[in-house]
Amino acid sequence: MFLINCPFCGEREQSEFKAGGEAHIVRPKQPTELSDDEWAEYLFMRKNIKGIQFERWNHVHGCRKWFNIVRDTSNDEIKVVYKMGTKPPIK
Amino acid sequence: MTKNLRVKTSKFIDETYRISFKFNGKIYYGFKGDTLASALLANNIHLVGRSFKYHRPRGIMTAGSEEPNAIVQLHNKTARTEPNVRATEVEIYEGLEASSQNCWPSVNFDIGGINNFLSPFLPAGFYYKTFMWPASFWEKYEYFIRKSAGLGKSPTKSDPDIYEHKYIHCDVLVIGSGISGIMAAKTAAKNGLKTLLVEEKPNLGGSTIYQKSEIFKINNQFSGSWLENEINELKKLKNLEIKIRTTVAAFHGYNFLLARQNLTDHLPIEHRKGKIRHRLLKIRAKKVVSATGSIERPLIFDNNDRPGILLSSAIKRYVDLFGVACGEKNIFLTNNDTAYETAISLIQKGINVEAIIDNRENIDSKLLYDLEKNNVKIYKGFTVVGTEGYKKINKILVMQLSKDGQRVVGSKIKLSCDCLGVSGGWTPAVHLFTQSGGKLKFRDDDQIFIPSNYPSEQICIGSCNGDFTLNDIFINVPKSLKKFLKIKKTEYENFEILSEINKSKRNIWLLPSDKILGKTKSFVDYQNDATSKDIKLALREGFRSIEHVKRYTTTGMGTDQGKLGNMHALGIISETAGTKMGELGTTTFRPPYTPLTFGTIVGRNVGEYFDTFRKTPIHEWHISNNAKFENVGQWKRPWYYPKNNEDMYQAVQRESKAARDSAGILDASTLGKIDIQGTDASEFLNRVYTNAWSKLAVNRCRYGLMLNEDGMVYDDGVTTRLAENHYIMTTTTGGAANVMGKLEDYLQTEWPELDVYLTSVTDHYSTISVCGPNSKKIVSKIFADLDFSDEKFPHMSFKNTKIGQINCRIMRISFTGEHSYEINVQANYGKSIWEKCMEVGKDFNITPYGTETMHLLRAEKGFIIVGQDTDGSMTPIDLQMDWIVSKKKYDFIGKRSLYRSDTIREDRKQLVGLLTDNPEEVLEEGAQIIANVKKTPIEMLGHVTSSYYSPNLKKSIALGVVKGGKKMMGQKLIVPMENKLINVTISDPVFLDKENKKLNA
Ligand SMILES: [Zn+2]
Repeated sequence: MFLINCPFCGEREQSEFKAGGEAHIVRPKQPTELSDDEWAEYLFMRKNIKGIQFERWNHVHGCRKWFNIVRDTSNDEIKVVYKMGTKPPIK
Repeated sequence: MTKNLRVKTSKFIDETYRISFKFNGKIYYGFKGDTLASALLANNIHLVGRSFKYHRPRGIMTAGSEEPNAIVQLHNKTARTEPNVRATEVEIYEGLEASSQNCWPSVNFDIGGINNFLSPFLPAGFYYKTFMWPASFWEKYEYFIRKSAGLGKSPTKSDPDIYEHKYIHCDVLVIGSGISGIMAAKTAAKNGLKTLLVEEKPNLGGSTIYQKSEIFKINNQFSGSWLENEINELKKLKNLEIKIRTTVAAFHGYNFLLARQNLTDHLPIEHRKGKIRHRLLKIRAKKVVSATGSIERPLIFDNNDRPGILLSSAIKRYVDLFGVACGEKNIFLTNNDTAYETAISLIQKGINVEAIIDNRENIDSKLLYDLEKNNVKIYKGFTVVGTEGYKKINKILVMQLSKDGQRVVGSKIKLSCDCLGVSGGWTPAVHLFTQSGGKLKFRDDDQIFIPSNYPSEQICIGSCNGDFTLNDIFINVPKSLKKFLKIKKTEYENFEILSEINKSKRNIWLLPSDKILGKTKSFVDYQNDATSKDIKLALREGFRSIEHVKRYTTTGMGTDQGKLGNMHALGIISETAGTKMGELGTTTFRPPYTPLTFGTIVGRNVGEYFDTFRKTPIHEWHISNNAKFENVGQWKRPWYYPKNNEDMYQAVQRESKAARDSAGILDASTLGKIDIQGTDASEFLNRVYTNAWSKLAVNRCRYGLMLNEDGMVYDDGVTTRLAENHYIMTTTTGGAANVMGKLEDYLQTEWPELDVYLTSVTDHYSTISVCGPNSKKIVSKIFADLDFSDEKFPHMSFKNTKIGQINCRIMRISFTGEHSYEINVQANYGKSIWEKCMEVGKDFNITPYGTETMHLLRAEKGFIIVGQDTDGSMTPIDLQMDWIVSKKKYDFIGKRSLYRSDTIREDRKQLVGLLTDNPEEVLEEGAQIIANVKKTPIEMLGHVTSSYYSPNLKKSIALGVVKGGKKMMGQKLIVPMENKLINVTISDPVFLDKENKKLNA
């Protein structure tokens, strides 16, 4: 069980959080303009990387805030935590 | 048969404190400090159990948690019974009762022993190959397997003991209190670090503490005496906590570890009452030092599993620590110096050592010379090719090894013995390290895997890191500690170390035999009866990956996870397949390191504390009015209120009829309630619901349907506009938390520009729903000042009012199709308002009803229940709810998905009504729906989602989903049951009051 440094509350145990999948997938502004394939790309396609992955997490049993983390999925090391709406500080 | 093999007083055994215990029904005696294994050995008992597959007699093989054979059942047939306990770990106490496992009818005469003679027919993969086919035979096999095998019996009564969980935070956790662990703990604590030292055994000091020999000295002291002083000093340190009888079960990422602290298992049963038995420690350590030691390897030769064959280090521990000799005529088989250490210990205590068979040819060892001086015959370059003795070893067969070690040569020598100590060298106990994600590297010199890189702030020191000798330890441990703890100096530098051991080893994974392999039984995994022959068979049949060989042969899959034999399995695979050990990799050791009791895992979360449950403010009234409860999420909801011995069916029929004939009352407090405020609240609702919200007038209510982005129905409920920028949304009981989470997600991540604030107010309000043709009369009496006329208070509208000083929110909304009102009050007043309704409603036979009646009433009206009539694969179109999907709105969650090629298919499963040809016949929910029984395979068209007998329509009604159902109105279909086919007709899902006359009645 890892520790996550909530940008609003500080370091807490993983059990207080809920994972929300891949980060930086923006909901299309005009979904009706999209073809089935384009919409499916947004709806279904997610990366499952062994290594550095950008993820959304929610401090669901805490401040209820959503934020992003960069995690190495091979060893669960969290490289950086950053707020929603900000650009990833690393590539 | 029983003679006393207690040889010499040991300071770890209190001979003034005699303890009686029972093994297989017979009384024996031991002393305080004994384990069950040491006490049995002192009574000359080696045969403890039978093996799992062949039921071969098996004895005690080790002196620790790695024991594969001597597993016993404690206190059989009592509430405290526990199977698969290692006799080597059980500390004896007055009244202990242990019995053998895997044997029927008794350990001395075992029917399953016949498997031993059938063994040519029970090769690796036997269970897969035979028992899997034909499937119909399984029942017969199962009887045979269950009767004669199985690992112990589980208790049938509830556990009387108490367990708990505890969090611990420390700077440094040291696992293991052998010499390296003690050095680490002392160094850490003395440098001001908050340190926790855990040890699985009841005493500290590992295998050094009983080392009283001229061969091992530290600064001119016996190594054991030196360590004893260290421990005494250690115990005085303030910022150090020591926990004995504490086994680390799991080492997770981020230095999160789980350990089981055993607090009462060593006490007589009558002293355990009211005490905590096991404590699960959840440890967060900034740094972890693993000093978990190493496990001696057995050797693989024909019949290497007889009782009386022990690891040489176990024999040493029994004689030095417990003062127990494992035999009177001891022989050793070794490929390194370890067995010599043990032989010297035995001779020091006057115990006879007959011979040592050493695989090595040229040995320059001081230990060997000492033994030769004591007239111990050493067979250099020899090996054991077989053993004799059914229930206990009595002879060994010895032959010379060829130069390359692949064959045996010369003639066979027969030696008699009553105990054979074996040593195949040592395997570092890296289980916890690998659990934490650590990677291993292979060291060719002594054929061991050692830690290579650490995934977190941790180190391995001592023999678990491959430093086996005192010299190695005093060179490497201080160095590692300095670097790891970032300190300049330790106390352990420039020590004078005497360590006479010779490190040479001749490693042969599978010792050669004069017999062909097929005729031998050389066990690699003792607990699961996997032999070297099985492993070679798996390779012949094409298995290459170690993980596959493991599963096919079941090597390492016992409760001991193959702590003794896994390395040999790898070695044999490597030799046979020609793959280098380092490239082969190892199988994964998984938590727990040793088995945990269920009690440890659940802690205090048992009985009513198993899960938190939520009760409404009216809960006590429901209890005193005989409600039966249903779990909905974490809520306890009244299910039905039986009267005069009614069963559920009768109660629900009565409640349903009363609600439609006069008045019913429902506690709806569990519905999720979300307060929505902000200038963009209407826009927000437009985006999350399928229908339009901007034009909803203040004080008006509207039903809304929420989809997932994939177009599937997610939740539903009524939302009321309280003010221009203020709404109250209701959600389903089970969906409340998820809906809240989803709305927050969109607000925070997709639409942060919207001025909207969400607050969960589910717990703040009590919600009481009064329905039925007389509901208006009832609420009018309670709220006498309020105008309940249809003009002033129409269906789907809202009013704020007061009852005395209490603010009330009343909505005229309905989930039953009846004229009804929903009263919301601050939670604390819920019960009194409910009682008021009951009192006023008496004249109208107001009838409390539960969830079951609610479900029936809404089914009569064809209202869906999200999660019952939908399953995450239903769109509103599938549900025949096209009317609620706005065509005008440009976008809402899930809109685009409603015209994906898949969602517009006309043959999707669609919600329909189902009427049985026989109106008295009620369908089973979940039953399949088909059209044609003759077609093979029969095509499943759908299934029944809701089904009831309607007392108001006096017939059976059901909802179901059927492929293309919308266009099949009036069509006949079949619901096939086990013994009959039920004919049904597809109908409109609305069965009652299609014109909604009742709502306005
Ligand atoms: Zn937070």
